[in-house]
Amino acid sequence: MNWETVIGLEIHAQLATKSKIFSGASTAFGAAPNTQACAVDLGLPGVLPVLNRGAVLMAIKFAAAIDAELGRRSVFARKNYFYPDLPKGYQISQFELPIVGRGRVELLLENGDTRTIGVTRAHLEEDAGKSLHQDFHGMTGVDLNRAGTPLLEIVSEPDMRSAREAVAYARKIHQIVQYIGICDGNMQEGSFRVDANVSVRRPGEELGTRTELKNINSFRFLERAINFEVERQIELLESGGRVVQETRLYDADRDETRSMRTKEEANDYRYFPDPDLLPVELDDALIAEATADMPELPDARRQRFCDQYGLGAADAQQLTASRALADYYEQLVAVCGEAKMAANWIVGELSGALNREGLAIEQSPVDAGALGGLLQRVVDNTISGKIAKQVFEAMWQGEGTADAIIEARGLKQITDSGAIERIVDQVLADNPEQVANYRAADEKKRAKMIGFFVGQVMKASKGKANPQQVNQLLRGKL
Amino acid sequence: MTLKRTEVEKIAHLARLQVTADELDAVAGDLTNILDLVAQMESVDTEGVTPMAHPLHMAQRLREDEVTESDQRERFQAIAPATENGLYLVPKVID
Amino acid sequence: MHDKSIRQLAASLRAGEFSSVELTRWFLDRIREFDGRLNSFITVTEEQALEQAAAADARIAAGDATPMTGIPIAHKDIFCTDGIRTSCGSRMLDNFVAPYDATVVARFRQAGAVLLGKTNMDEFAMGSSNETSWYGPVRNPWDPERVPGGSSGGSAAAVAARLCPAATGTDTGGSIRQPAALCGLTGLKPTYGRVSRYGMIAFASSLDQGGALTRSAEDAAHMLQVMAGFDPRDSTSGQEPVDDYPAALEGDIGGLRIGLPKEYFDDGLDPAVAASVRDAVAEYERLGATVREIELPNSHLAVPTYYVVAPAECSSNLARFDGVRFGHRCDDPRDLEDLYKRSRAEGFGAEVKRRILIGTYALSAGYYDAYYLKAQQIRHLISDDFRRAFEQVDVIMGPTAPSVAFGLGEKADDPVTMYLSDIYTIAVNLAGLPGISIPVAPVNGLPVGLQIIGDYHQEARLLNVAHRLQQATDWHLATPAGY
Repeated sequence: MNWETVIGLEIHAQLATKSKIFSGASTAFGAAPNTQACAVDLGLPGVLPVLNRGAVLMAIKFAAAIDAELGRRSVFARKNYFYPDLPKGYQISQFELPIVGRGRVELLLENGDTRTIGVTRAHLEEDAGKSLHQDFHGMTGVDLNRAGTPLLEIVSEPDMRSAREAVAYARKIHQIVQYIGICDGNMQEGSFRVDANVSVRRPGEELGTRTELKNINSFRFLERAINFEVERQIELLESGGRVVQETRLYDADRDETRSMRTKEEANDYRYFPDPDLLPVELDDALIAEATADMPELPDARRQRFCDQYGLGAADAQQLTASRALADYYEQLVAVCGEAKMAANWIVGELSGALNREGLAIEQSPVDAGALGGLLQRVVDNTISGKIAKQVFEAMWQGEGTADAIIEARGLKQITDSGAIERIVDQVLADNPEQVANYRAADEKKRAKMIGFFVGQVMKASKGKANPQQVNQLLRGKL
Repeated sequence: MTLKRTEVEKIAHLARLQVTADELDAVAGDLTNILDLVAQMESVDTEGVTPMAHPLHMAQRLREDEVTESDQRERFQAIAPATENGLYLVPKVID
Repeated sequence: MHDKSIRQLAASLRAGEFSSVELTRWFLDRIREFDGRLNSFITVTEEQALEQAAAADARIAAGDATPMTGIPIAHKDIFCTDGIRTSCGSRMLDNFVAPYDATVVARFRQAGAVLLGKTNMDEFAMGSSNETSWYGPVRNPWDPERVPGGSSGGSAAAVAARLCPAATGTDTGGSIRQPAALCGLTGLKPTYGRVSRYGMIAFASSLDQGGALTRSAEDAAHMLQVMAGFDPRDSTSGQEPVDDYPAALEGDIGGLRIGLPKEYFDDGLDPAVAASVRDAVAEYERLGATVREIELPNSHLAVPTYYVVAPAECSSNLARFDGVRFGHRCDDPRDLEDLYKRSRAEGFGAEVKRRILIGTYALSAGYYDAYYLKAQQIRHLISDDFRRAFEQVDVIMGPTAPSVAFGLGEKADDPVTMYLSDIYTIAVNLAGLPGISIPVAPVNGLPVGLQIIGDYHQEARLLNVAHRLQQATDWHLATPAGY
C-alpha cells in the first residue's frame, strides 16, 4: 500500500532593515556579542517597543508579491515562554490578526507543469538571541545581538506532496524575498530559515500526525530531512507504531532527524494582545509607498526573457533564479547585443567559474560590463569563441580587460586570407596520407574528416585563425 | 471555583515561580478567593461586545528605520549577575 | 520653607531669598529628622541633589529658569533613574542601578528640578497600603499606626510630612489618588498616554499612568506641565497638544455640571466619608456648579475586571525578571529551571506572586475566553458608562476611597478585602480617564479625599475645578501634627 506525504513549511525571513523591529539598535551581522543589544532588546525594566516602519513596508511588499490579502488592521501579541535567548520572557509576534493574509505562489516543476501552493499567512515578529553552547565552566553563554531583528514568518498550507516540491516552494519564497529586496536570503547566517511540518497518510484519509523539523540550513538538507522523516514515519506506522507530535532536529552530519527530548510539557504560550503596542493600520498611502518601487517579479521576468530574448524555458528559469543574476544578464545583453550568446556564457563559463569558487553572482570578479566587452570581441570577429574562453580565464584572474589581454597575448584572430592560406598549405603538405584518404572518401565521410584538418590549422595558428575562413579554404584546396 | 493543588503547580511552573509543597494550600486558597471575586463577571452578558485592549483609539505609530542606539554593553553588563567575554551566563541549556 | 507652594518657592528662588542649595539642604535635613519613623524614602540622593541644586542656582542666576528649576522633588522608585538604584520596592531589584533615565525623570532633569531621592512603594506597585514593599511599610504622617495608602505610599507620606514639596507617583488602579486621599493630598492621575511610560517599570501596561502627589492643585499643575507630552519612545503616548495647566487654574466654574454616580454612594462607603464628600459637593454648588445624580451601572464590575486585566498583563510584564541580565539571582542554581524558579520566588513577595499566578491562570489555555477576553469586554461596558455620563455632565465626583486610612496590618492578610480599597478608583484606569483626588473635610482628624473624574484630556479642567475649591476652602492646607 502506498503512502501520501503532506508537507507544510514555516519560513522565517529576516527582514533587511537597518534597525531592529522595535528598537533603534543595528541589525548588522557578526558584531561582538551583545554590542548590538540596546536597552529595549535586553528587556530592561521600563523599556517600551516602537514599531519600525521599514519592517511594515517590507511586509506589505511581500503581500503584493504573493498576491495576498493585506491585514489592514493587524495586532501584535505576546507569546509567553521562558528561555535565556528571549529577554522579556515573551516574544512579540502576531497571532489572531497578521499583517499578511492568504496568498499563493506558483511553482514551475521540472517536468514543466505548474503547481500552486497556498500561503496561509505571514506575520511580523521579533527574532530571539542566540545561546552559545561552547563551555563556559558548564554554563551557556547568551548573545542578544540578534534579539529584536525583524522576522517575517511565512506559513504555507500543507499543500506539498514531496520533498522536492517542498524544496521548490522554499526556493520560490527565497527567490521572491530576495527579488523584492526584503531579505538577503543568506541561509548560513540564518537570514532565511525553514521549518517543515511533515506527516504521511493513506491517500484520501485524514491528515496524519505531523512532526516539525527544525535546524535545516540549506535546501539540500531540507530535502534530506523530509525524506528521512517520511521514511521514519512510514516505517513506524507500518510496524504498528504511531507518530508522536513533536519537534525534531535535523542532524546534517548523521543525516537523520531526532526528537528534541524536551520535557513532555504542552506549550501554553498564553498569547494576548501586547498592551505596549497599538493596532497597526495600513492606509492607502503607506501601501502605495511600499509598492511604488516594486520590481518585476521572477515569474514575469522569466516569461519576458523567453519573449524578448528568445530564450528557452530552462535558460530563462536559470537566468531569473535571482534578481542579481537576471540583472547581470540584462546588462550583458545591453553591452554585447547578443541575447543567446550572453545566455550561453552565463549558464556556461560564468556559472562554472562561480561554482568552482563558491561565489555568488554579486561577487563575480568579472562584472557584466567586462564580460560584455569580451563578447563584443567575439561578435566583431576579433577573437573566436574558443580564444574568448582563454581571455575569460585571464580576466577572472584579474589580468585586465578583454581588449588589454587580447592585445598583450597577441590573440587577435587571423583574418588575413593569405596568412591562413599559408598555414593551410603547410598542414596539407604535412599530412599527405590524410589528404589522400579524404579525397577517396564519399561526401558523408568527408564532412567528418575535414574536422581533422581544421583542428591542425587551428593548432598551428594557436587558435587564432578565423574558423569560417579556414573551412572555406580547406574545402577549396581539398 | 476552587483551585486544586495540581492546578497551582501547573501555573506556578508556567510562571517559573517556585511554590513549595508547604505553601501550596495557602496559595491555592488565596487564588481561589480572588477567582471568587472575579466570578462576578460571569453574570454579565457580553455577547457581541468588542473586547477593549486599550483605553485610547489610536493606531500604532511607526518609527523610521534608522540606527539610533550605540554599544552600551559595559554599562548594561555592569548590572548583570554573571557575564563572560561579553556573554550573559546561564546554567547549561540542553536542546 | 517647607510650607510654601511650588510657585512661592520658585518666586523666592528667583528673588534670591534663599538658594536652591539651601532649600535642598532644608528638605534633606527634614528627611533625616523625620523619615526614620515614616520610611517614605528607599534611597536619598543627597550628593546628587546638592549638585543639581548648585546647577539650578547657576541657571536661575543666568535667567534660564523654568518654574521647576531648583525645586526639590522625589520620584516614586518605579521610575528608572540613571546611576541610581531603582528598586520598585522589590528585593528583585534591590541591586538594580538603572542604566538610563525614564522620560519623566529626564524631563524633570531638563526643567532643572532637584531630585531628593526615591520613594517607597508597594512592590511593583501592587498594593493599596504600602505594606508589600521589600523595604518595609510606610507610616501615615497623620497617624503612625495607619497606612498611607498605596502603591505610591512613600510619595504620599513624604509630601504630607513636608519632606519634599511634591513627588511623582503612578496610578494603575488608584495608586496616586487613594494614597493622596489617605494622606490629605492632591493626587492627579492624567489621561492614559498623557505622561510617557518609558522608564516607568510596568505593572499593567494598558492601565499604568504617571502623575503627581502635591499639596495643591496649583502645585499639581506645575508638576504636570513638566511631565505631560508626547514621547516617541512610548507607542501609547498621546500626541494631543499639552495645555497650559497653571494658566487654566483660575477659570470660572459657574455652570459646571457635576454628576454624582449613585453607585459610588452605596453601602460599602463609610457614612462619615460620604458626608464629607457631600459637603464638598455642596461647596461646589455655592461656587455656581449644578449637581445631578448619574448612573454608572457597571461600576460593581470594575474590581473583578481589574483583577483579571492587571494580573494578566503583570504576569507577562514581570517575566523579564529572570535572574539573567539584571536583578536578583539565586545562589548556585542547579539548572536553568532552578535559576528561574528560585530567583523569582526569592525576588518577589507574596502579593506579586499571587498576581503573577492569577494572571498566568487567566491567560492559560482553556481559560483565556472566560477570563481575559470577558474582562476586556466588560472593560468596554465600563468605558461606555463613562462615555454616556459625559454626554450629560462635565465632571463626575465621588469619594476616592471607601474609608479613611486603615490600620497597619488590618487588611494585609486578606487580599480581597484590600482590593476593595480601590473600588472607586479602578474604573477610571480601565477607561483610561483622568482623575484627581483632593482633600475635603477630615473625619476624626484623618484625611478624606474627593475624587473628580474628567473626560479624556480634561486635565486642565480637573485642575481648574480642584483649584477653585482650594481657593474657597482650606482643607488642603491642613498639616499633620508634628510636621
